[in-house]
Amino acid sequence: MKTDDLIAALAKDQAVRSPRPRTAIICALVAGGVIAAILFMSMLSHRPDIAEAAQTYRFLFKFIFTLTLAASAIGLVLQIFRPEASPGRRLWLIALAPGMLLAAVLAELLVMPSSTWLPGMIGIKPLFCFFAICSLSIGPLLAFFAALRYGAPSNPGLAGALAGLSSAGIGAALFVFHCPNDSPLFVVVWYSLAIGLVTLIGYFAGKRWLAW
Amino acid sequence: MNAFEEEWAVLMRAAMAGDEAAYGTFLRAVTPSIRAAARRNLARFGLGPSEAEDVVQDTLLAIHLKRQTWDSDRPIGPWISAICRNKFIDQMRRRGKSPQVPIEDVSESLAAEDTASGALDGYDVSRMLDQLNEKQRNVVRFLTIEGASVRQTAERLNMTEGAIRVTLHRAVKALAVIYREQKT
Repeated sequence: MKTDDLIAALAKDQAVRSPRPRTAIICALVAGGVIAAILFMSMLSHRPDIAEAAQTYRFLFKFIFTLTLAASAIGLVLQIFRPEASPGRRLWLIALAPGMLLAAVLAELLVMPSSTWLPGMIGIKPLFCFFAICSLSIGPLLAFFAALRYGAPSNPGLAGALAGLSSAGIGAALFVFHCPNDSPLFVVVWYSLAIGLVTLIGYFAGKRWLAW
Repeated sequence: MNAFEEEWAVLMRAAMAGDEAAYGTFLRAVTPSIRAAARRNLARFGLGPSEAEDVVQDTLLAIHLKRQTWDSDRPIGPWISAICRNKFIDQMRRRGKSPQVPIEDVSESLAAEDTASGALDGYDVSRMLDQLNEKQRNVVRFLTIEGASVRQTAERLNMTEGAIRVTLHRAVKALAVIYREQKT
């Protein structure tokens, strides 16, 4: 095929207008959040003492942490779907939520007696928590991937990982409604494991499916 | 932003608004610059200009299929340059090389080319077309090599115009996959 012929074919191929990637990603955010929320409501319930818990800093911190994580990752996803975008220094935004978590862990270690550390870290049903966050992340992850297929990230692995991080942030934020474990030591171990796994899956899936 | 970029951006904006002719003009206008950039990249790896047309076509397909990722408020040069670079790296990876390629400013690449006019436009990458299925190949051949319109093609192949457009779109996507998966 000659290049001129290819150009002629491309110029005539105007029938299918793919959606704008930015719009698609925002739709994915909404759709993924709704799917995860439906899954949460059909499988889990909010913790019975949620009204009292909402008065405590440790409970509220879990929301701040997970939502900061999701927001920073989504912000980056909205940048790097363009081929010429290089996140550069903005990638440091990702460190914001983990930094807050480390500060919370330090505060916990300073304020609480050492005898509470281990029980706080192991908490109640930690493996259930791990699997629940992973499960709640699946819907958003699929939605983000469907949207990012319209994008053209120059680093597909990074795009996939950021999509994973966004999804895990959304999944974890929902799970906070149910999770009875409020210690930052619990969050730093079990939430991190789940978020890390989903991000890793996103990375490899991105290399495989977001390359163009 | 230089004069090339200015012109490309104007054409592409018209194309995004549905102007088919402007889109064809845009693609023809960027091709020499893409070709020049591809040759310079190839030369850096000791490869001759005969390989350039593969890269050019692969890049054009990507520009086409990913045109929605251009933000019309941003300069178009870096966008095209990034796509060129990405496609060149792909091509090198398929040859088992893992290149670190600096981003060539495509809009400057033509100026830097000494023998810019020696375009290999006649270069025939016919094996690409052969890998399409028969229906797709016929539609592409009628629309391009024979220069028929969508309506004429529809009449000759006894299909509706809508079906021709869908077939063409599938063929374009198939070509992009063929480029991506070819082993050279």
